[in-house]
Amino acid sequence: MAIDTITQSTCYHCGNDCTEGHYEFDQKSFCCVGCRGVYQVLSQSGLCNYYTYNDHPGANRARIDKRFEYLDEPKIVNDLIDYTDDKITVVTLYIPYIHCSSCIWLLEQLNRINPAIYYSRIDFLKKQINVRFSNDGMNLRQLVELLFDIGYEPLISLQDVVKKQVTGQKDNLVRKIAVAGFCFGNVMLISFPEYLGLSEYEQTFRQFFGWLNILFSLPVVFSGGTEYFVSAWNNLRNKVLNIDFPLALGIAVLFIRTLAEILLHTGPGFADTLCGLVFFLLVGKFVQRKTYYHISFERDYRSFFPVAVQVMEEGKERPLPLSELKVGQRIRIRHNEIIPADAILLQGEALIDFSFVTGESVPVSKTLGEVVYAGGRQTGEALELEVIKPVSQSYLTQLWNNEAFTRQQDNRMRTFSETVSKYFSIVLLLVAFGSLFFWISTDLARGLSAFTAVLIVACPCALALSTPFTMSAALSIFDRNFFYLKNTAVVEQLARINTIVLDKTGTITTGGGINAIAKHAEFTDLEKQIIYSLCSNSSHPLSRQICQVMGEQPRLNISSYQEIPGKGISAWVNGHQVKIGSASFMHKGVDVNAGTEVHIMIDDNYCGAFIFKQSFRNGLKEIFGLKPQYKFYLLSGDQDHERKAMAEFFGEDGYMHFKKSPQEKLDFVKSLQLADRKVMMIGDGLNDSGALKQSDLGVAITDDVNNFSPGSDAILDGKSLCKLPAFFRFSKDTVNIIHISFLISLTYNLIGLSYAVTGNLSPLFAAILMPLSTATIISFTSIATHVAAKKRKLL
Amino acid sequence: MSIIYFLIGCSIILALVFLGAFFWAQRHGQHDDLYTPSVRILLDDQPAEETKK
Repeated sequence: MAIDTITQSTCYHCGNDCTEGHYEFDQKSFCCVGCRGVYQVLSQSGLCNYYTYNDHPGANRARIDKRFEYLDEPKIVNDLIDYTDDKITVVTLYIPYIHCSSCIWLLEQLNRINPAIYYSRIDFLKKQINVRFSNDGMNLRQLVELLFDIGYEPLISLQDVVKKQVTGQKDNLVRKIAVAGFCFGNVMLISFPEYLGLSEYEQTFRQFFGWLNILFSLPVVFSGGTEYFVSAWNNLRNKVLNIDFPLALGIAVLFIRTLAEILLHTGPGFADTLCGLVFFLLVGKFVQRKTYYHISFERDYRSFFPVAVQVMEEGKERPLPLSELKVGQRIRIRHNEIIPADAILLQGEALIDFSFVTGESVPVSKTLGEVVYAGGRQTGEALELEVIKPVSQSYLTQLWNNEAFTRQQDNRMRTFSETVSKYFSIVLLLVAFGSLFFWISTDLARGLSAFTAVLIVACPCALALSTPFTMSAALSIFDRNFFYLKNTAVVEQLARINTIVLDKTGTITTGGGINAIAKHAEFTDLEKQIIYSLCSNSSHPLSRQICQVMGEQPRLNISSYQEIPGKGISAWVNGHQVKIGSASFMHKGVDVNAGTEVHIMIDDNYCGAFIFKQSFRNGLKEIFGLKPQYKFYLLSGDQDHERKAMAEFFGEDGYMHFKKSPQEKLDFVKSLQLADRKVMMIGDGLNDSGALKQSDLGVAITDDVNNFSPGSDAILDGKSLCKLPAFFRFSKDTVNIIHISFLISLTYNLIGLSYAVTGNLSPLFAAILMPLSTATIISFTSIATHVAAKKRKLL
Repeated sequence: MSIIYFLIGCSIILALVFLGAFFWAQRHGQHDDLYTPSVRILLDDQPAEETKK
């Protein structure tokens, strides 16, 4: 018995508290029908091991409505599957919920639930499942419903995030590294005898080794090196000197001089330096390229909208792909579904949550015949609407036609190394030609030797590596703190920011709507019944929330009911005159607090108030500690009834802007940039998309990185918002580390140069100097980044 | 010392075989997912009869 009371408290499936209801099966408790359903499916197939690997591995299943009719539509199915013939179908689905070993175990056992599934494989990091199933036994809809039944609902979106990333990066970098590494190892081995000294009678070996070295250099230069030549050439044509120019020059000079020395029997050449250089450069490139498979930074409204919508035709409903939705069609939107296009409300009681689109936190009710803008989420009964604008031209999606979304993004982030390499290249060329002309009058051979030696030894290998290694170390530090950056250039951008623009709903406040209702009153049972009866008559969102707080109460008789929009409601209930509404509606001095308030007056006695407070994210205080150096602006699409609460953080009114449309947000960011501010925009909704794109650094904040977040440069997990000051300081540390490592590599270059200008550069010296400087840079940057992260308490 | 020619030839051919093996593995997607197998190996296979418990 004692055991029973303990197990009753939490759900066996998802681990939530069983507060609202209690369902039992197999002597195990579940918090909702959904969770119990999942357990039943699993236990019937003998898959209860799922629960042994981890405690409560499941997702909460409070929502149990399946809506996959659209997967019967062949057009949609064809877009989703990888391969099909008359027997089998292969499909890859993205399942955001995959999070533990139980998930892997269960999802790879799918054929024990349905034998029509031949094969299922999980890619844990990409959160994908690859399934091959028989067309006789099931179809895609049944597969998706099966996944839904066991608690793993795939996220199906036509702008398929995951697949696009896979096809995006196929330039064989790993292969090139393998080839370069292979050649580097062999060349080093073959060069050893030369360095250790070959005796007179071993001269034949010298020729043999020389030819082998040339042979090994060829694939390195022509597979790994080509991209540097191409890039340097393209940049030269655009009159830009970037780091690829001295690198390409170094590679070319190394190769030509090696070739010449070996063919003319004048020396052993620099084959090992050449192979080492290309190998390290490619490794640096590989390190810099960090991808988050499960996070997408490029999402737009298409991944927010559903794949298909239910269309009413001749009295029947059928699913239609969103792209084929036309003006004049009638659509049906059910509870919790998103309205995909601007439409006129024809039927049903609309109570639409626009929090994600406009920042407005309170659901809006619409009357019949009114235009409902796309992007809202219906809460309540099913609606019927008539589409009046195509999806791509609706009020919301028009934002994506703005120039901020179409212009080239390349020049937005200039990195330090780009600036430095310009001057570096110029100085390098000056020194090289200087030494050539110095020797040319006395000794042509020595002049040429000095010229090439300068280009070889000053080849900025370490310089080229310091940024990628520092940045990738920094990126993984940010990653550990749930701050996901799109690429390494974002770190430097972060260090430059001096202005922070914050959205309100969802960014400063948590969640979409109002979360906390404080009851500033004690009510008697009668009063509760009175309030409940009155509020249940009103469809105002606040009234509905009050009803929820009051709980189920018997309804009393109401007469002379009056609702004054924007003010409140009044009526006679059981012989009492009752007024519920705003402070001004009470005609009595009432303390005004922060937040939205609803006051209650019964028979001219003030009974108290409900205060609707949006709960702020943790750590807001810490962020505003940055204040003197950083300027803060609030940019909200919401009404300004929280102005007072916000003033505590933002100060004067000039820093707070309410009721801004998405376009106005974008324009505001632009105006800050014109005033020479480096703007970081933090937002969460589609309405921030324009501002995020326009800003110097757009950060999307979210409570679950797998959920939809608008396109941005970085994604921040809500619980790490308080670490923002540390992130800023750490990014500055990172930039400092890059500066120091640049100095170190320049020192190496200077040491090498002092030998090179005399024309006496020995291959052994180059072969030692180059790897040594590289090793120094790599170890310095990784250790220094680590130390900096410790100092900022990010590790 | 002409044996050196033979030995170096052998060593290079051997190294080329390994490089080829790496390419083969790469082309067949063995490096696509470097994490999941490490978890998968810890999960036990269950005999089919034991399941209906």
